[in-house]
Amino acid sequence: MSSETKQILTTDGIPLEVSLKKAERRNKIKAFLLVAPLLLFLIITYVFPIGDMLLRSVDDKMVTEMLPKTFKAMEKWDGKELPEEEVFEAFYLDFRQLVDDKREGKLSTQLNYTKNGFKSIIKKLRRKSKNFEEGNYKEQIMAVHKRWADVEYWKAIKRRAPAITGQKYLKGMDMYKNESGEIVSVEEDRRIHRILWLRTLEIAFFVTLFCFLMAYPIAHLLATLPMKYSNLLMICVLLPFWTSLLVRTASWMILLQQQGVVNDFFVGIGLVADDARPEMMYNKTGTYVAMTQILLPFMVLPLYSVMKTISPSLMRAGKSLGGTPIVAFWKVYFPLTIPGIGAGCLLCFILAIGYYITPALVGGASGTLISNQIAFHMKSTLDWSFASAMGLMLLSGVLVIYWLYNKIVGIDNIKLG
Amino acid sequence: MNKEFVKFDKVDKSYDGKTLVVKDLQLDIEEGEFVTMLGPSGSGKTTCLMMLAGFETPTHGEIYLNGKAISSIPPHKRGIGMVFQNYALFPHMTVYENLAFPLRVRKIPKDEADKKIDKALSMVSLQGFADRMPGQLSGGQQQRVAVARSLVFDPQLVLMDEPLGALDKNLRESMQYEIKHIHESIGVTVVYVTHDQSEALTMSNRIAVFNDGKVQQLSSPDELYEKPVNSFVAEFIGENNTFAGEVSDVSGGKCKVKIANTEILANPISVKGKGEKTKISLRPERALINPSDKMDNIHSGKIEEVIYHGDHTRVRINLLGNNQFILKVPNSSANMDIKLGKDIKIGWNSEDARALDPK
Repeated sequence: MSSETKQILTTDGIPLEVSLKKAERRNKIKAFLLVAPLLLFLIITYVFPIGDMLLRSVDDKMVTEMLPKTFKAMEKWDGKELPEEEVFEAFYLDFRQLVDDKREGKLSTQLNYTKNGFKSIIKKLRRKSKNFEEGNYKEQIMAVHKRWADVEYWKAIKRRAPAITGQKYLKGMDMYKNESGEIVSVEEDRRIHRILWLRTLEIAFFVTLFCFLMAYPIAHLLATLPMKYSNLLMICVLLPFWTSLLVRTASWMILLQQQGVVNDFFVGIGLVADDARPEMMYNKTGTYVAMTQILLPFMVLPLYSVMKTISPSLMRAGKSLGGTPIVAFWKVYFPLTIPGIGAGCLLCFILAIGYYITPALVGGASGTLISNQIAFHMKSTLDWSFASAMGLMLLSGVLVIYWLYNKIVGIDNIKLG
Repeated sequence: MNKEFVKFDKVDKSYDGKTLVVKDLQLDIEEGEFVTMLGPSGSGKTTCLMMLAGFETPTHGEIYLNGKAISSIPPHKRGIGMVFQNYALFPHMTVYENLAFPLRVRKIPKDEADKKIDKALSMVSLQGFADRMPGQLSGGQQQRVAVARSLVFDPQLVLMDEPLGALDKNLRESMQYEIKHIHESIGVTVVYVTHDQSEALTMSNRIAVFNDGKVQQLSSPDELYEKPVNSFVAEFIGENNTFAGEVSDVSGGKCKVKIANTEILANPISVKGKGEKTKISLRPERALINPSDKMDNIHSGKIEEVIYHGDHTRVRINLLGNNQFILKVPNSSANMDIKLGKDIKIGWNSEDARALDPK
């Protein structure tokens, strides 16, 4: 076919392709305008905060900006012996500037993160430095406190020189960079974050498992009952959704506490002695019970939507072909519900791994999760960069799970409704 | 041959304890027979099939399979093959795995199972489809797989629950013949449920017409059509012209029935004596235009409607006060004078006009 015959014109003489593009362009613009608000919303509420979080978690500019002269002078320092006079002089000048701006307190907090013991010696330095004479700052500063003469403290300052740092991430895994730059774990009795990560995974795993075990029969019942009963049951499943999360958690507190309804019942039927009421709250048990109940609908709904599509005649076919009810269930029904199981488990696990309010209220010391630690750093220590780092670690953990799921089961196999 | 291979003995079935879906059912099915349960929806035919398969239990009475009471045997131990309405192929298994399912649960060795599967697939001419998933097959092919799966483990009895309902007309017809041929070649007993009478007439050895939880008539297709025993069967199977009237005389194998102002002669099937109400049933093709004098019923009516059907023309006539009287007239040059509004003479033999119950 020659190129001339390919060129088809519309009745107005415009080439068909041009005309088509023009007609499509308008639709494309319309379509884009329709999704634009949502796109904007997503960028503002999702992409931007996460980007900010990422920057914040590696950001270490504060000290860099507070001690510009010091770090410039330190560039020549080999970091083995005590630095030369010029470093001390630069540090003094930076420090005076900070005192004038009343920012030396922040410096002490920041340096204290790096090495304990900075707080008091900076306070002392501020007092003494008012009366410093010009020249020979090394002697004068070292005279303030013996720690100023300790090279370890100067090394600690130097470690804060880069504007970007991964140390928050290391801290989140109970590791740090030691003086010689190696990544090592902290002492065993101080590894709180690892315990929390493992506990978070463990609780998320078991909550998902419990949800699955409870939701499967419920969803099956929902999918097979006659309409008028299944509607009622559906309302029962959804009812928790319509109640505030806080209220639900609080009602679990009423039920589970030592003088609570469940314990009273156990004592009443003689299962436990009155003076030996088991603790069901402020520990893992409380977290398991409350979280399973709260996350149950997220498992029921995907399972239900999948089971609804499975024709009851399939089970009958399985039985009529000679399979016992168990074989028919296991070989025919169960494999067909896998997309729902995948969706439900993924949903529950991801929600559980970042759960906050419930473990905070009923978890106590042994039932709190990593998210509680994140909140703690957001609210109490104000170490937002550490909180951001842990938040991102959580996010990447979820992405890893998602990736694994895709590898093993395949994401096309998921069905949410 | 076992005359009572399947036997429903005084079977009742009720779902709610108030109404009976199946009433006092008495039905024998011979070994190797193709029996169709035909009836309108809600007539209890599917319930009967489900009781036979074991998915429903009779409220009263007993079902026997080859002389053994089966009410207490669970479905998976009955060894009955079943084809479901929507095929019920396992969507996550290949055709091969679908067919292997009944063999695996019976612990049949793989090489023997493969032979059986090959045989079953070639029976429905689907060789080479073993590795396909059901979703990749057309409706007709899925249907064949379902049939093959129900036969692959050599059951004594195969149940089919409206298996062709989801297919289009042409495919349905060719599948009817195919199933009929498979039945003839392997001689398995088939119980087939449908509401499509032409399907029933084409395929079956015998047809059980269900209505209102009861078998109205159980007989061969031709007998069912030619000699319906009651008004329901006459109206349900094929087309039917009816006259409601009162018996004025019964004598010599004939009866006189008074309709409107005239009397017609009919064949007394379920009328006994004078004064009984009756409904006369007459097949459209048994009434002729331009009747010969030998016919003992000759009446004239007015043509109300003429509908052209290609090979024949349907003529609606107002006859003896019944303006829904249908005639089928072959389209030959002799019958060109059928025109709307014309009066014509129509005749039939009294033995074709069956005087049945007045319902």
